[in-house]
Amino acid sequence: MAKTHEIVEKNVGLMIILTLVAVSFGGLVEIVPLFFQKQTSEPLEGMKPWNALQLEGRDIYIREGCNTCHSQMIRPFRAETERYGHYSVAGEHVWEHPFLWGSKRTGPDLARVGGRYSDKWHEDHLYNPRDVVPESNMPSFPWLFDNTLSGDDTGAKMEALRAVGVPYTDADIAGAKAAVEGKREIDAVVAYLQGLGTILSFKR
Amino acid sequence: MTGTDFTQGWVNGWIITIVLINLVGCLWLLWWTRKRPEDHIAEGESMGHSFDGIEELNNPLPHWWLNLFYFTIAFAFIYLTLYPGWGDAKGMLGWTSHGQWGTEVEKANNRYDRIFAEYAGVPVAELAKNPEAVKIGQRLFGNNCALCHGSDARGNTGYPNLTDADWLYGGTPEKIMETVTGGRNAMMPALGAALGGEQGIKDVAAYVLSLSGRQGAGDATAGKAKFDMMCAACHGPDGKGNQMLGSANLTDNIWLYGGTEVAITETIVNGRQGKMPAFKDTLGEQKIHVLAAYVYSLSN
Repeated sequence: MAKTHEIVEKNVGLMIILTLVAVSFGGLVEIVPLFFQKQTSEPLEGMKPWNALQLEGRDIYIREGCNTCHSQMIRPFRAETERYGHYSVAGEHVWEHPFLWGSKRTGPDLARVGGRYSDKWHEDHLYNPRDVVPESNMPSFPWLFDNTLSGDDTGAKMEALRAVGVPYTDADIAGAKAAVEGKREIDAVVAYLQGLGTILSFKR
Repeated sequence: MTGTDFTQGWVNGWIITIVLINLVGCLWLLWWTRKRPEDHIAEGESMGHSFDGIEELNNPLPHWWLNLFYFTIAFAFIYLTLYPGWGDAKGMLGWTSHGQWGTEVEKANNRYDRIFAEYAGVPVAELAKNPEAVKIGQRLFGNNCALCHGSDARGNTGYPNLTDADWLYGGTPEKIMETVTGGRNAMMPALGAALGGEQGIKDVAAYVLSLSGRQGAGDATAGKAKFDMMCAACHGPDGKGNQMLGSANLTDNIWLYGGTEVAITETIVNGRQGKMPAFKDTLGEQKIHVLAAYVYSLSN
């Protein structure tokens, strides 16, 4: 065996450096370009950031772990677009921090659940899913009806999101507390759900 | 996508360069770590490395196995050229994920459009007698309607039973299609304040109960006077409802929100704003036609 080969194998430091170079190729070529691609970095036309109440709803959605059973990613297969609507596109998610695409569907995909059911249905369903869908194995979330929002952190959350590129205005942030204070958690969750994926649809 | 999709010009070259370095690097690695003929070590003999008493012998990879490595590198070049791989190049096959989806949808449409077009020409009432059309309608119902109306279409508290021939907005094929297409927004107002306090509410509840032959705690006669004033405009002087408005028939003992005195009182005090979403964009006219045939078949 040639000597050069031995140099790499017997120098741990050099080996670590060369290993890092080798494994970074994938990231450099598949991840870095996404930061410079219009498709993945520019919002769709007419898109608006979540309002204060919806933003709180989204945080409750994360808190309750909804995203562990519900994906928000409609893949471009007919079987999915027939059931859920237009396939998801990257531009819809540029303001999502963190994104909630998910990869496991114990329940259905929720990427375009907005407007699909009435507010009342969502309330009945979240209170006890069996009340409206007897076959459902989704947990109940009755505490959402008792807990109210203080709105103390809402403005700060919006500021943090603005720091990473979500276009909240000063007025949005100033009015955040007033917009959510005293509202029930269920109102926030339903507002969030009803806003999901409404920007894109098939015209028939 | 027209032109480049990158916001920075260098990204294209960046991708191509790294991919090339990677592929050429793989080739070089294979060449670099090969057994050198000038070492003159016969197969099965020691390579001269040992560690902890473990010795490396010259056991070369089978040629076919080694050639698989070279083949994967050649395959990478072919694959990257056929599919979008070199920067933002489109690839010789012109493949896109949404293009593949489009082909899949078109293929399905070619197969199913004929069926839906054929059914579209058949009146709903007649289509409801076609078991195949009804089966398709049932599938559509399962996917889009069952969450509220139940997989057996028998509804639930707050979500109408579609099998009992009792209709809020009408059960003719035209009305069913209208409901599915445009949705419905019920607006029974909260009348708690307008009925003159607890006694007034109790009286009206008693009168509403009496319409289906039952008795409440309040005074039904006094309740009737209030009913005529506040409720009859929508529910009719006889309480039989009006399908033009979607107001419920209160005399048939079929209750969307429950027929107990407590439930009726709650309806009177807080009102009811049932909402059926519009399915025009989700389903399209032809599928709604078939769906309507299924719904119609449930009670006819």
